Formats: sequence, structure tokens, C-alpha cells
Amino acid sequence: MSKNVGLIGRKLGSTQIFQEDGTVVPVTVLEMGPCTVVNRKTKERDGYTAISLGFGKANLKNTPKPEKGIYESLGVETPETVTEFRVESDTLEKFEIGQEVRVNDIFAEGITVDVTGTSKGRGFTGVMKRHNFHGAGTATHGTHEYKRHGGSIGMNMTPGRTLKGTKMPGQHGSKRTTTLNLKVAKILEDKNLLLIAGSVPGPNQGTITVRKAIKGRPPQA
Amino acid sequence: MSSPHPQIQALESSQIRELPSFRVGDSVKVHYLIREGEKERVQVFQGTVIRRTRGSIRGTFTVRKVAFGVGVERIFPSSSPRIQKLEVLGSGHVRQARLYYLRELRGKKARLRANPRHTASAVTSTKKN
Repeated sequence: MSKNVGLIGRKLGSTQIFQEDGTVVPVTVLEMGPCTVVNRKTKERDGYTAISLGFGKANLKNTPKPEKGIYESLGVETPETVTEFRVESDTLEKFEIGQEVRVNDIFAEGITVDVTGTSKGRGFTGVMKRHNFHGAGTATHGTHEYKRHGGSIGMNMTPGRTLKGTKMPGQHGSKRTTTLNLKVAKILEDKNLLLIAGSVPGPNQGTITVRKAIKGRPPQA
Repeated sequence: MSSPHPQIQALESSQIRELPSFRVGDSVKVHYLIREGEKERVQVFQGTVIRRTRGSIRGTFTVRKVAFGVGVERIFPSSSPRIQKLEVLGSGHVRQARLYYLRELRGKKARLRANPRHTASAVTSTKKN
């Protein structure tokens, strides 16, 4: 499990930037934070250590009163999204409730990050789109009305049932997805923008969380 | 497709480079910084613009020339910092936005008539050539 602290944000879209030597980098623009620390979970009280970050401004009309009360007593604005980040206890000590966390507090240009979002929903799709099946290999040799099908889904009497987990048509997308080891291309501190080289799961305007990469070596400078 | 988020538009326009105005059919000289191993030098690429794509920072243009009887095309990002200089030598009379038909033509047929609307610059450049 990742114990790296992260930030919550929103995907704005993608474009490209020119590096100083003229190389073009395709980037996804993310509006990260500023986030507010809304909760701290401690070993003594909760059995584990974590911080909760809030992002955005909630529509107060649709927020339950007990929830509003929590944030009023903390003296922070009611956030739209709250995400908990499991952290080591020494990291926890660096954060206090009500503290504002900005992009450059956590990330730096050139480091690798893991980006989590909800992938674009594709609805109920067939096996060709969902699992990259090839479909019927041919439209000739007597094949008809059978082009995008998956083929066999099992054996005969042994085992006499379709195995669990067999790839079949169904809901595709709209699922929590994490892309690992994406590189931070640029940070625009004053605008709270984080530019990530490459693509990021989910639609534009989708909520995403970014944490420092859990795997791999840090990129060479 | 919806237009990009205002924040992205601002980010793009902050990087846009102003080049001298040119259009499809113009003959241009592009001074482009290229890297050879460790060294960097400026290479001049002269030819006809056969295509321009728009789109703010993402725009490109394609220059075609015939070198030693072989057609050569190069795509340049319009806002690339590697473009040292762009000279517009003349303007050709064209009726298409994409001059792909030039690829099929050889020799004298592959020339473009000078653009009457840009006579002044066009004439001087013909004399030079």
C-alpha cells in the first residue's frame, strides 16, 4: 500500500509544451489543490495513521447539516471531495488540521508520480472493445452473423461449467484506475497547475488524486 | 469537441511564437537549429509550404523541396524554439489548402504561378531566383 502523501485535483485537459531545447512534451494539465487538511488519524485513536485532505468548494445547499457542522467547527470551508491518504507517523506530524497544502509542497518537476482517477465510462461493451479479443478471424469460409463474438467460453463435460473470471461482455470503464510512474513535466505554482507528461485516467473535469510514485527508481536528472 | 479549458488556453498562448505571416503556397527559408552529436548548428531548409495546421501551440507547417531529384518534406512545429528565423521569399497562386498534388508533379509542372495579390514580394523573389 502506498504510504506516500498526495494531493487531490481535477483534470483540465491536455496540450503540449516545448522544453528549452525545443523538444515537444505532450502533457495533461491538472489543477491540484490547494487542499486543506481536514482530519488526522493517529495510531492511538484510530489504529492507523493517515491524513484526510479536502479539495474544492461544496455546494452548501446539498450538503447535510452534520457534515457542514464538522467543517464549521474546524474553521475550514466545506470541501467538495475528501480523500484519505495513509501515511507514516513521521509524515503525519508535518500536517495540522486546517493547514493548506499546495502543489509545490509535495511535488517537484521531474519526479515520478502515480495518478488515480475514474476511467471514462464506456457502458456495456462487447469483448472486442473490453478485452481486445480479435473477433471472428474471417468473414468468409461459411461464417455469417458472427463477427465480433468471443468464441468458446469453456470445455464440455469436464468441468461442465464456465470458469469464473472468464472474459465476457459487460460494463467497461467508469472504474478506479491508477497509472504508475508518470513524470511531472512542469509545475505552475501560482496557478496550482501540475503538468504531467502523458495521459491520465478519466474525462476532463474528472477528480483525480496524485501521489509520489510507489515503484521504480527516481528519474535521472 | 469542446474548446480547451481557459487555463489551458492561457498556458498555450503564453508559449506561442510569432512568426512572419505566411500561407500555403509560399516559398520559405526555415533556419532550424539541429543537433549533430554534441554540436548544434543552424540548417536552412528552403521549399514550398504545402500544409499548415492551426491549433494554437500545437500548430505545424510542412515544407516541401526537391533535393537531387528526390522530394523532401519536413514538418515544423510553428511555435518551436528551434526555429531561428523564417524568411518568406515569395507567394504562389494556389487554390487548395493542402498542396499534396505537388507530390505527383515533377520538374516544370511542379512550379506554382506567382500570386498576383502579393505581386511586390513575389516579383522580387522571382528575380532573385
